[in-house]
Amino acid sequence: MNTAPLENVPLDLSIEIGSLHLKNPVLAASGTFGYGREFAKVMDLSRLGGIVTKAITLEPRLGNPTPRIVETASGMLNSIGLANVGVAAFARDKMPFLRSCGTAVIVNVAGRSMDEYVEVVRRLSDCPGIHALEINISCPNVQEGGLAFGADPKVAAAVIGAVRSVTRLPVIAKLTPNVTDIVRIAEAVQEAGADAVSLINTLVGMAIDVVRRRPELGGVTGGLSGPAIKPVALAMVWKAAQAVRIPVIGMGGIMNAGDALEFMLAGAVAVQVGTANFVDPTSTIRIVEGLEDTLRERGMGSVKEIIGALEV
Amino acid sequence: MIDTKTTILHQEQIAPQIFRLRLLSPRIAREARPGQFVHLRIREGTDPLLRRPFSIHRVNRERGEVQVLYQVVGQGTRLLSRKPVGERLDVLGPLGHRFEVSEEGGGVLLVAGGIGIAPLVFLCEDLLRGHAVTALIGARSRDGILCHDSLRSGGVTVHIATDDGSLGHRGLVTDLLNAQLEAGREAVYACGPVAMLRTVSALCRAHRISCQISLESRMACGLGACLGCAVKVRSSVPPGYEYKRVCKEGPVFDAEEVIFDENLLSGH
Ligand SMILES: Cc1cc2nc3c(=O)[nH]c(=O)nc-3n(C[C@H](O)[C@H](O)[C@H](O)COP(=O)(O)OP(=O)(O)OC[C@H]3O[C@@H](n4cnc5c(N)ncnc54)[C@H](O)[C@@H]3O)c2cc1C
Ligand SMILES: Cc1cc2nc3c(=O)[nH]c(=O)nc-3n(C[C@H](O)[C@H](O)[C@H](O)COP(=O)(O)O)c2cc1C
Ligand code: FES
Repeated sequence: MNTAPLENVPLDLSIEIGSLHLKNPVLAASGTFGYGREFAKVMDLSRLGGIVTKAITLEPRLGNPTPRIVETASGMLNSIGLANVGVAAFARDKMPFLRSCGTAVIVNVAGRSMDEYVEVVRRLSDCPGIHALEINISCPNVQEGGLAFGADPKVAAAVIGAVRSVTRLPVIAKLTPNVTDIVRIAEAVQEAGADAVSLINTLVGMAIDVVRRRPELGGVTGGLSGPAIKPVALAMVWKAAQAVRIPVIGMGGIMNAGDALEFMLAGAVAVQVGTANFVDPTSTIRIVEGLEDTLRERGMGSVKEIIGALEV
Repeated sequence: MIDTKTTILHQEQIAPQIFRLRLLSPRIAREARPGQFVHLRIREGTDPLLRRPFSIHRVNRERGEVQVLYQVVGQGTRLLSRKPVGERLDVLGPLGHRFEVSEEGGGVLLVAGGIGIAPLVFLCEDLLRGHAVTALIGARSRDGILCHDSLRSGGVTVHIATDDGSLGHRGLVTDLLNAQLEAGREAVYACGPVAMLRTVSALCRAHRISCQISLESRMACGLGACLGCAVKVRSSVPPGYEYKRVCKEGPVFDAEEVIFDENLLSGH
């Protein structure tokens, strides 16, 4: 008698990451969605859980030499570099549109030095309409000979601690998979005050043009993304989710709702979708719809029932 | 919206490795302008993963038809060439910026290398409304000379060059350029290999004739979001260059602004 028809069950896709409330757990990943505007032509952005912007640095950056991308088996390599308009132009020219999208705006922050991260975060914290910051610690640390900030637990913790102390916005530490043990990095940034971790960034990779005997990318090596990296990403997300108390945001090769469910079962509270946006620009929306269908089919009230529900 | 399911109306091989594809898409046919391109998803699944960009070769607005002229060079184009009539194809477009055509009706010159003829045929339809059009078409051999008959019957003066001399002038298409530029032209439009575009650009600069070129670059999104398709262009502020997106500010560029460095020349 009191069993409502399935289609009338209110579906709750919302999730919380600290003080960050998301209407659903599907975010567009940094660097694959521009500053949102380009995708407004193909979809209703307000249906997204959120948009993570391209990395923002203190000064404008031109980015890496060309060619910048090459397709590889079930994936792609990119060597875009940190091409972006700089924090001042971002706040002035890009934020008005992002603010009007009706979705959470998460700004990805990059830097070459500790000071740069801190200064970018300080400036973004004064800019209205930003819901959270994602600190991209995969960048090379110029002061430390180019080794990524995120490659050493102490350095990673120092960056997160430093930005933590200058902002009240939720801080998400975005981890690089190019490390011996990503769990140690996740634990270190948790101790330093991160509100969440997101992983994985791209895996270092390379492709060679045999005829010309040259690397395919102007930057010689690049970052591998797409379906090829999904099993690696999933294992890292699962391990990190076991080890930390803070929420884990999972990504790496997610193409459809089934992939997103795998990450959520492994313990991710939310997912980011990157390379899939290039294949089908409406991927994010299809994944939201796919998650809704799954909840409906399984008679689940909330997407939270899926998170970490993996049985091993 | 720029995301469309189209239907393959017809596909035929017109020369070795060269195919003409006709798609049904009334919206793209209506909106497309010469120089713009479409971004095709070859098939579902992850192999190939990324879309493939192709210039819009012709449109027929009454019939809602869009044509692509392409060369089989790898796996994506090979799979495309095997697609049967009636199959649905996921197409983004029209994307990018068009060739600019001036209202003044002077003589204009087209320079095409190989498959680079594809977007110039669409442009020609626009140009012929008010301009005398001459086309220089080059390829390795006569098999690679495309569309010359239809251009001629449309009223275009056509000159041909082949590397092996099997049709027209034996040598490069740019060998024919000086004589044409000396005769004076209002504008030049070129599409083809980067080395050819570099020569065309240099000669046009020497003759102070405005030149627009259509560039290719590897693309991911095609929408201006990923910055993967960047090409180096001159800039008045240090360091003297910046990057523009082939999919957004391009694929048509003013030849003056493009920097023909080693990276561009060895691009793909
Ligand atoms: C704006 C634009 C317009 C184009 N118009 C046409 C056209 O009208 N007719 C035509 O035959 N070709 C055109 N091309 C080139 C066409 O996109 C490539 O030939 C095609 O992508 C090759 O795919 P493939 O899988 O067969 O080759 P592969 O070499 O296997 O492709 C591997 C990867 O490299 C990329 N790639 C390879 N060659 C090129 C290239 N020349 N330009 C850009 N990306 C490349 C592919 O997209 C793919 O991501 C155009 C390219 C651009 C950027
Ligand atoms: C073209 C491109 C640009 C990217 N730029 C950034 C960036 O600026 N900052 C960042 O943290 N990650 C960046 N990434 C990494 C993605 O956000 C994501 O972590 C990675 O691609 C894995 O997800 P995917 O397989 O779904 O693409 C970029 C990825 C791609 C493909
Ligand atoms: S292909 Fe993504 S910006 Fe041009």
